Amino acid sequence: MSANLDLRHTLWLTLALALVTAPHVERLPWWLSGLVAMLLLWRTYLARARRDLPPRALLIVIVAGASAGVYFQYGTLFGRDAGVALLVVMLGLKLLEMHNRRDALLLIFLSYFLVITNFLYSQTIPTALYMLACVWFITGGMIGINYTRSPQSVLPQLRTSALLLGQAVPLMLVLFVLFPRVQGPLWGMPADTQRASTGLSDTMSPGSVTDVALSDAVAFRVEFKTPIPESKRMYWRGPVLWDYDGRTWRAPRRMYARIKYDARDQPVDYSVTLEPHGKAWLFALDLPSTVPPGTLVTNDFQLISPRPVTARMRYDMRSYLDYTYGADEPRPNLDRALELPAGFNPRTLELARSLRARHKSDAAIVEAAYAMFGRERFTYTLAPPPLGVNMVDEFLFDSRAGFCEHYSSAFAVLMRAAGIPARVVTGYLGGEANPIGDYLIVRQADAHAWTEVWLEGRGWVRVDPTAAVSPARIERGLAAADVAGVPLFMRGDNVVMRRLRLTWDSLANSWNQWVLGYTPERQRALLTRVGLDDATWRTLAGLLLAATGAVILVVAFFTLRRLRVRVDDPVVRIYLAFCRKLAAKGLARDAAEGPFAYAERVSASRPDLASRVRDFVALYVGLRYGGMARGANVARLKKLAQELRA
Amino acid sequence: MQLLRPFTTWLFRLHGPERGEVVLVQRRIFILPSKAGVMFAAVLLLMLTGSINYALSLGFILTFLLGGLAVVAMLHTFRNLAGLRVTAGKAEPVFAGDVARFPIALRNPTRTPRFGLVVARDETDHDIVDVPAEGASVATAAVPAERRGLLYPGRLTLYTRYPVALYRGWSYVDLDTHCVVYPRPAPAGVPLPPLAAGGAEGSGHGEGHDDFYGLRQYHPGDSPRHIAWKAAAREQGLLTKQFTGYAPAELRLSLDSAPPHLPLEDKISRLTRWVLDADAAGIAYALSLPNASIDAATGVAHRERCLHALALV
Repeated sequence: MSANLDLRHTLWLTLALALVTAPHVERLPWWLSGLVAMLLLWRTYLARARRDLPPRALLIVIVAGASAGVYFQYGTLFGRDAGVALLVVMLGLKLLEMHNRRDALLLIFLSYFLVITNFLYSQTIPTALYMLACVWFITGGMIGINYTRSPQSVLPQLRTSALLLGQAVPLMLVLFVLFPRVQGPLWGMPADTQRASTGLSDTMSPGSVTDVALSDAVAFRVEFKTPIPESKRMYWRGPVLWDYDGRTWRAPRRMYARIKYDARDQPVDYSVTLEPHGKAWLFALDLPSTVPPGTLVTNDFQLISPRPVTARMRYDMRSYLDYTYGADEPRPNLDRALELPAGFNPRTLELARSLRARHKSDAAIVEAAYAMFGRERFTYTLAPPPLGVNMVDEFLFDSRAGFCEHYSSAFAVLMRAAGIPARVVTGYLGGEANPIGDYLIVRQADAHAWTEVWLEGRGWVRVDPTAAVSPARIERGLAAADVAGVPLFMRGDNVVMRRLRLTWDSLANSWNQWVLGYTPERQRALLTRVGLDDATWRTLAGLLLAATGAVILVVAFFTLRRLRVRVDDPVVRIYLAFCRKLAAKGLARDAAEGPFAYAERVSASRPDLASRVRDFVALYVGLRYGGMARGANVARLKKLAQELRA
Repeated sequence: MQLLRPFTTWLFRLHGPERGEVVLVQRRIFILPSKAGVMFAAVLLLMLTGSINYALSLGFILTFLLGGLAVVAMLHTFRNLAGLRVTAGKAEPVFAGDVARFPIALRNPTRTPRFGLVVARDETDHDIVDVPAEGASVATAAVPAERRGLLYPGRLTLYTRYPVALYRGWSYVDLDTHCVVYPRPAPAGVPLPPLAAGGAEGSGHGEGHDDFYGLRQYHPGDSPRHIAWKAAAREQGLLTKQFTGYAPAELRLSLDSAPPHLPLEDKISRLTRWVLDADAAGIAYALSLPNASIDAATGVAHRERCLHALALV
């Protein structure tokens, strides 16, 4: 096996490296991508021109320079981003130091490793498919360097690679399902793996929900075990904002307390698969009555996880849609829900006073204010005009155009001004039912904000002023609301596109559930379902061994069955059987012994068999070499061979 | 190692040379991870740890896929050897100090082609062959020929790293074959011993064959250097040049022809040199040795016969 690589192997590996590195380029600093591209081109040139590789000293200089660059770029040499950057540079340089097969193998192994680093950033189906193609190609390169001579075409390499990988798939599946999963991380997860993602925050100021609503990213998906409620009743509760400074609403420090509630209808059971959003809260239908393991519920019914949600998580929930709660809300909380910054929005305060004067009860004031939003000419838009210092005044009396954050904020301010405790709740409203996968998709575009007011004897009551302005938004979602400024992708007009989109999302959902969401819990649940309750690592290891063993046997059977030598000529088959019989009698045929010589030798040592053996051999030679007619003669030959047993 | 010998004998079936065709049955094939395979395992372990730490489902999938690949590759390495039929061909004689090349025929009776097979005594000098489905190829095992006589290749290793370099699959074959190793010729320059004319009288000089006498029809066995190539170029057919001299002059070589003070091996070396020189000069020579007596003649077959006898003194 020649230790040196030929041009084709070098180009193959260079291309493989380029393919694996390509997805990293958008995340790498431009100078580093440029450097790596240069290294790859350099190697290609050297290989084609059959020039010597650069001296080691030069490579060391480049390594030092690149490492320093990475350090200045990221402030560290470790962690995800810096680590990947460094690995990419090192691989490019290893390519320039690749002299022989051993170097090439190291490069191949590290290329596999580079594939896995791509998964740190994306684990979507397209990424998976692209990386599978890369692995196929890299494996083809590994096979290539083991060939005797470079084959004429790349096909045998790619075919063998596909064959090997295809045969590896059953083993991969068994290991994926049964390999004992450990809850990570084993060591500290580098801080930079937490991606910045769009989503709600725990503050709200004009435009903040609008920004979120312009994204079609999935916030979470829901599978209902009970019938799916009407869209307009699906308020997914998120951060609850109490504090207002005239411009921004904020969530206070969380208070945890068991709150009493009265449910007035059947519960809704469902499970939520939440996309990572980097924040601590979970979403559930208003009003959540269970708490997923490991999370807490606040006194305003937010579900809070102790850690930010940085990985997709799935939890089972039960909620009530018709309820009362908070009638016994402590006084300090109610006071907090009445606070308004002094010196803002004089016209709103005036309106509140007049409402208070005209209506006796708080409930009547709420109703009147709500009716006002429906009566006056408010418009619902994603592109409202900018507002000045007295935002609520300007919104209520001048612009009258806004998105849900404007309505909920204005309503809450008005209520507080009228002496009714009020707060803003952000979250999502509705969602898109996907009939293909039978689940609900809640997107960032479904982000919503509403108001809760506290009424004596009834506790906290939800009031959604947006519903008064744009009922369509509440009932059928943003796309149906004919809102100015809704991007094209969110409009549901095109039936074919919509169906494609839903099919794709259904696929993505199954992928999330079964591939990406295959967690230790999921594994345990699956094993329980096949009757392995509380599987210890011992049973799991046993099962794993047995299953892999079985799979290997099956693969071995299919791989090795072509090794059997098929004898097509019945005459030869009979002759071989005849030789085997004689061998059993201690008269094995010599490798170089022809039939007649063999027969003579057998006859000499076993005169009792002589005549039969001679007859047989004469007939055999006649049939095989003498052009004797087959048919009846073959049957006779067979009979002669069988008689030998006697 | 001494203690292990019975074990290795059993394991590797070291029962001495086997006659005829050796079939690589499952029992004779050994597979171990190569150095690259060990490195690959280390990389897989690293990938597994990373996948656990970052809870990367696709990382698990890739790791397990490559793990599966490693297992499957072992089957393919095995398949690449299993069922091959190995026979030794006839090795061409060589002179001591050269490398003997044993042709080893690899016959593949199955419908799976084999790739990247090497037959070698050690792993330094080798030749890689592919064997087509239901076909055969000849690999060459190089064995240094150090001493004259019969050279047995001994235990040869038939190995492969196909399809990926993660494993080395091999089988030991000890084929009953040999190569004749001619003695190493002494350095050129020592004049030939005197010729004997007509068998009895000495001729005195060895130059007689340089006097050109005429041409005659070519007979097979004539030395190529006596062919009249110019005549052949003129399309007169192959003619052989004839020389005057003491016509049936011949050279009688025996161990006594060499200076008596030389050790036996040196005498044999010198005789070998003379055989070659006489053959080159087209002089008929006879050889008498303790183990053989060969009458005077010329030609390639005669030379080989003499060298063979010298190899086996």
